[in-house]
Amino acid sequence: MSTFLDISNIDMDFPTPKGPFKALKEVNLKINKGEFVSLIGHSGCGKSTVLNIVAGLYQATKGGVILNSTEVAEPGPERAVVFQNHSLLPWLTSYQNVELAVKQVFKNKKSKAEMKDWIEYNLKLVHMDHAMHKLPSEISGGMKQRVGIARALAMEPEVLLMDEPFGALDALTRAHMQDSLMEIQNELNNTVIMITHDVDEAVLLSDKIVMMTNGPAATVGEILDVNLPRPRERLALAEDKDYNHLRAEVLKFLYEKQRKVENINISNSSISNDETANVG
Amino acid sequence: MTTITRLTDRLMLDKSKLTSLVSWMAQASKALLLPVIGITVFLVIWSIAANSINTSLGKFPGPVAVAEQFGALYQEHNAERVKAEAFYERQDKRNAARLEVDPSYVVKVRAYTGKETFVDQIFTSLVTVMSGFILAAAIAIPMGIWMGLSPTLNAALNPIVQIFKPVSPLAWLPLVTMVVSALYVSPDPMVSKSFINSLLTVTLCSLWPMMINTSLGVANIDSDLVNVSRVLRLSPLTHIQKIVLPASIPLIFTGMRLSLGVAWMVLIAAEMLAQNPGLGKFVWDEFQNGSSESLARIMAAVVVIGLIGFLLDRGVLALQRWFSWDKSKS
Ligand SMILES: Nc1ncnc2c1ncn2[C@@H]1O[C@H](COP(=O)(O)OP(=O)(O)O)[C@@H](O)[C@H]1O
Ligand SMILES: [Mg+2]
Repeated sequence: MSTFLDISNIDMDFPTPKGPFKALKEVNLKINKGEFVSLIGHSGCGKSTVLNIVAGLYQATKGGVILNSTEVAEPGPERAVVFQNHSLLPWLTSYQNVELAVKQVFKNKKSKAEMKDWIEYNLKLVHMDHAMHKLPSEISGGMKQRVGIARALAMEPEVLLMDEPFGALDALTRAHMQDSLMEIQNELNNTVIMITHDVDEAVLLSDKIVMMTNGPAATVGEILDVNLPRPRERLALAEDKDYNHLRAEVLKFLYEKQRKVENINISNSSISNDETANVG
Repeated sequence: MTTITRLTDRLMLDKSKLTSLVSWMAQASKALLLPVIGITVFLVIWSIAANSINTSLGKFPGPVAVAEQFGALYQEHNAERVKAEAFYERQDKRNAARLEVDPSYVVKVRAYTGKETFVDQIFTSLVTVMSGFILAAAIAIPMGIWMGLSPTLNAALNPIVQIFKPVSPLAWLPLVTMVVSALYVSPDPMVSKSFINSLLTVTLCSLWPMMINTSLGVANIDSDLVNVSRVLRLSPLTHIQKIVLPASIPLIFTGMRLSLGVAWMVLIAAEMLAQNPGLGKFVWDEFQNGSSESLARIMAAVVVIGLIGFLLDRGVLALQRWFSWDKSKS
């Protein structure tokens, strides 16, 4: 299989008042068409930065991204993003939110009736057809995230980028959403990059788990292939030897090799004022 | 108005009818009774204080004297209307008579030039303030959107806005007057120079709050929403229409309310200073007049000015409710 999405040699420096901050260093990642890839790593390591560079929302300082033999230069609907905070337009209903995307992407390609069918099809796919005409403020967090996914899917993207899509949801809702996502993925076989900090979610959904080292100058630490047969059943997998082995591998990476040392300097803040004045 | 909506909210939410009735009565007494008490106490203090202030034009007017003048002002207005009608009737008759004698006669219609009444002045002021305000909005809101979208433009224009914002209308007025007399030369002007002067002064002073608030609203749109627009590659126009405007409506309206308040205050001052027709001129004329009723008539004007200012603000608020997508807020 040839590489569909090629992230090559990416460095990312953020300008800060104290000079440039190197968030990413030499990030390399090749993704095949139809692959579901999870990015996992401790918070603040640079996962969102990688995703935003692929989306075109950030410009890498060095290196670049090639999608389907074209270099990524700016954001575009062929790289649809599902944001952590749903980011639906609060003044539009679920239907209108998806409609905005569909109208933009299929401007001269679909008739009005076809667009309507397509919008409804995508909302049905995420089980939101019953609340199509509700405003975001009238539906639950899980439902908003479903509409956000429907909006992204409706763009028929070449890659679907998801930044902790279920991070803000409670465990039960999250499990539902994961099942829905697997069901959709069975049907559409999209190329997906999903950021998560949930080990089970990563193993359950992915073909490949990309584990990132801690920042600054974060990079790809290890890549784990997940060859569990599909369709996957969360309950059956709970007892599965391979599943548990993979899960243990990820945990080992996160909590042994890349143990996050939280340096909360309690002593610093308790130093008396005149002493800190001397230090500063 | 807010209390009324809160009231209806209460009514709908409460399950038990009894508790809703009790709470409705509690709310109603708060919404009606307290303001009534407040106004009554104010009127009492006013009459007592007025009684003990002696000016060169007699005692300071109390509420009763002011109420009398309201009646008098209204009667004067009606009397003036009757006179105007009589004038036009006479003129029509005269013209008809002349036409009979000489069919080639070109009819001349002269406008009645009687004294402007209190009601006329109110009307003039309202038209002026609305024209000046609408002109200001037409400039300030698009500019504010542009500034909010472009940090570069914002940085360039911010010092100018900050310097002009605190300028008093009294400083603008002479400049506006001179520029208008120099540039607005037309043998048969559609609107009077004084109207243009007042209007432009109002515009110059009410531009800034709208511009600042609009640009603030636009610059602070949730970056996720801006990213959605970028991923969708919305055209600049669609971006403004679908994302920028709905997102910044609350602040745009805050700016509009501030501006309209400024506009109304500025207009009264400008009318007084420049002797331009309107409520400000009415106040000044009465002051110069110096009759025994003058103070009561000025006080009546003060009440009307306050009332109109309040109603203008409520008008913008109602407009905001109408425009806003989020009916629960504002
Ligand atoms: N716009 C930015 N400016 C400066 N620093 C940033 C910016 N975005 C992210 N960073 C820094 O880069 C690092 C990686 O951030 P991010 O990609 O958001 O992490 P993650 O998504 O893995 O939690 C963090 O240390 C963060 O503070
Ligand atoms: Mg992140």
